Amino acid sequence: MRTADVVIIGGGIHGCSTALHLALRGLKPILVEKDYAGRHASGVNAGGVRQLARDLAEIPLSIASMDLWERIEELVGDDCGFESHGTVLVAENDEELAGFKARVDDLRLKGFTHEELIDRAELKRLVPAVADHCPGGVVSRRDGAADPFITTQAFRRRAIEKGAEVLEGVAVTGLSKVGANWRVETSAGPIEAPQVVNAAGAWADRIAAMLGEPVPLTVVAPMLMVTSRVEPFIQPVVILRGRKLSFKQRDNGTVVIGGGHLATVDRDRNETVLDWNKLAISARTVWELFPVMRAATIVRAWAGIEAYMPDGIPVVGPSSTSEGVFHQFGFSTHGFQLGPGTGAMMAELVATGSTNTPIDGLKIERFLKA
Amino acid sequence: MNASDLAPSYDLVVIGGGPAGLAAAALAARAGLSTVLFDENPGVGGQIYRAITSSPVKDRAILGEDYWAGAELAAEATASGALIVNGATVWSLDPARLVGVSIAGQARLIQAGRVIIATGSLERPFPIPGWTLPGVMSAGGAQTALKAQGLVPSGRTVLAGGGPLLWLLAAQILRAGGKLDVILDTTPRRNWLRALAHLPDFMLSPYFSKGLKLLREVKAQVRVIRTDRIEAVGDDKLREVVFDVGDEERRMPADLLLLHQGVVPNVNLAMAAGVTHAWNARQLCFEPVLDEWFTSSVPGIAVAGDGAGIAGGTAAVERGRIAAIAAVRALRPEASVPDAQVIRQKLQREEIGRPFLDWLNRPADALRQPEGETIVCRCEEVTAKQVRDTADLGCEGPNQMKSFLRCGMGPCQGRLCGLTVTELIAAQRGMTPADVGYYRLRPPVKPITLAELASLPIAEAERKAVER
Repeated sequence: MRTADVVIIGGGIHGCSTALHLALRGLKPILVEKDYAGRHASGVNAGGVRQLARDLAEIPLSIASMDLWERIEELVGDDCGFESHGTVLVAENDEELAGFKARVDDLRLKGFTHEELIDRAELKRLVPAVADHCPGGVVSRRDGAADPFITTQAFRRRAIEKGAEVLEGVAVTGLSKVGANWRVETSAGPIEAPQVVNAAGAWADRIAAMLGEPVPLTVVAPMLMVTSRVEPFIQPVVILRGRKLSFKQRDNGTVVIGGGHLATVDRDRNETVLDWNKLAISARTVWELFPVMRAATIVRAWAGIEAYMPDGIPVVGPSSTSEGVFHQFGFSTHGFQLGPGTGAMMAELVATGSTNTPIDGLKIERFLKA
Repeated sequence: MNASDLAPSYDLVVIGGGPAGLAAAALAARAGLSTVLFDENPGVGGQIYRAITSSPVKDRAILGEDYWAGAELAAEATASGALIVNGATVWSLDPARLVGVSIAGQARLIQAGRVIIATGSLERPFPIPGWTLPGVMSAGGAQTALKAQGLVPSGRTVLAGGGPLLWLLAAQILRAGGKLDVILDTTPRRNWLRALAHLPDFMLSPYFSKGLKLLREVKAQVRVIRTDRIEAVGDDKLREVVFDVGDEERRMPADLLLLHQGVVPNVNLAMAAGVTHAWNARQLCFEPVLDEWFTSSVPGIAVAGDGAGIAGGTAAVERGRIAAIAAVRALRPEASVPDAQVIRQKLQREEIGRPFLDWLNRPADALRQPEGETIVCRCEEVTAKQVRDTADLGCEGPNQMKSFLRCGMGPCQGRLCGLTVTELIAAQRGMTPADVGYYRLRPPVKPITLAELASLPIAEAERKAVER
């Protein structure tokens, strides 16, 4: 019988980050992953490292994460392709810009200064290629982008170096309390540990259900496409609010186009089917916003499988029913940037029983009716 | 023909206008299915009958009677009532049989009742040192230039590799007045050991006498040298070809090196559609798993021709017909179709020599699994050493390799490196290629421009949502 201090279910960036931070605290975690680390959303997302435009409840985690991103090489021994040129939320008309201003003002009152309103001139300076009709926007200057698969693998590798065990191709089939321990049944035999972290992404509701905590998780697969190399013309990541778009040029010249249009998904078969009608909407948006892109060639499109919660923010914190179990899932298509910081916070919570990072708005109780 | 002239749906969409596609479209259309055939070339014929309706090579002896047999197939398809669209690039096919196609810069999504994928074969990668130099090209590329433009190599030309098509191309080049300085035959001699047992079957095959004649014709005119190692050497372009004869290294100045070591199924579209594939250990390639009607694991999608496993052009015709009969039976059971049993007998005769040809022409390990600084992925310039080292570090599969090295992520979408990467990982980690698997392929299987994608008609529901 295998034993550990903590069993982590799920080898995405969150599971791997939590494994690393637990190992750094001297605990022995075993991470169980049904495919391989970074197989789904964590390995194939758009790679945006973004504090901009986040829900108030997750801003503290996002800021804690950003501090780790800025010293990512020291943390995991790989630069993870992280580059920091800011994220710009582009307003397409004055009405949108007025809304953005209200949001930035409100954040300032609450003490958050990472979002900054910019006018037309500053927008043109940051994003010269943007179409002329855009009157301004919001920038978060410390934001950036990284290579998602390499990042997830780097966390996995460093976690192992620091003493974590990672079992890939192993699925969790059951969870039960045996004395003071949790017994985690897997396709490679049982593992016992006093504590368990549920970081199972698009499959996390099944783990929660084993604990009597059914959550309304939706399985989604946001589509992305990438172009062949084009001349460098844009540095920051660009996102829109009115229409679905995220847009970034990597330093190798390729442009990743995303924004949240969804593929159809079958999580039991690890399968996604792309919806070209919706990708065409993204193509038309780029066509209008960045005329320079019209002749660019799309070489690949894909979608990663992940979890979406009804309120669009994750479930982070202790289980409501089962002492020793913690949830870390449901990042609702924006969990990549949160990985480093949430793993650090979760390790603190698991190891010490509390954390200084405010996560009150993210608890699972919000979905459980009395 | 514009994309906007297409109907929103067809009973049968055939993808690829080679022998399998032409035969399938003709049979289905004649049986009353609304049939469209998309072919990305300017004219039908595929690779074997390339430019069959337009070739400037009018002397029939040059390309041979087998080539001109393609004209009849093309005429049959045209007369059948099938809509044949050339210059049509199919870039997506999903399990619900929605076909993404572009014609002259305009894209459309077409719903198919059934799909027959007839996208044929590709030349197997031939990754030797220097194979990316200007002046080194695939023999298939040379054959295309001959058929479509009547061009033959001039200057000092070396043809290297193995397989039946190598000898066919040599003969065609010579008949057209081209010159070959030497043929470097890389077929391992010990292949005969495995092949010999299948010789009696091969002697029954139509390829037996044709093959012997071809070999005699070529060997009478060109020096043939056996070798196990070839390098292309030059700085900005090919200067010389270096090869071993026994223990001795020879250097030969050359302007053109043509490489060929057989063909493998072109799996990109079928894989992207979700069709299950398996490793063929004899042909050393992945091929779709199909039933006796060439139907795949995805309902309503069949794969015919060399895409179903290499068997040659005449077998492709019969395979196309069988797949088309299945489509007709599914959609129009009352229609009369030819007797499938008779077609199967013909197919069997065409395929009987295959085990012999496969074993005899099996390329040497060293020419499929390069080492050191030899480029594996041309698009992203990834070397064999990088792939081998990354496999040693723990990278278990081609998809993870993609993420680490970007191999297979360029515009060719893995066509030129997929098998090499799979075989290198297998060799390095002591696994079988079947266990290593292949790149997970994603549409678009052919690059499309942003403008083309933006040209998809706006769905009614979406228009309303925008105007709101």
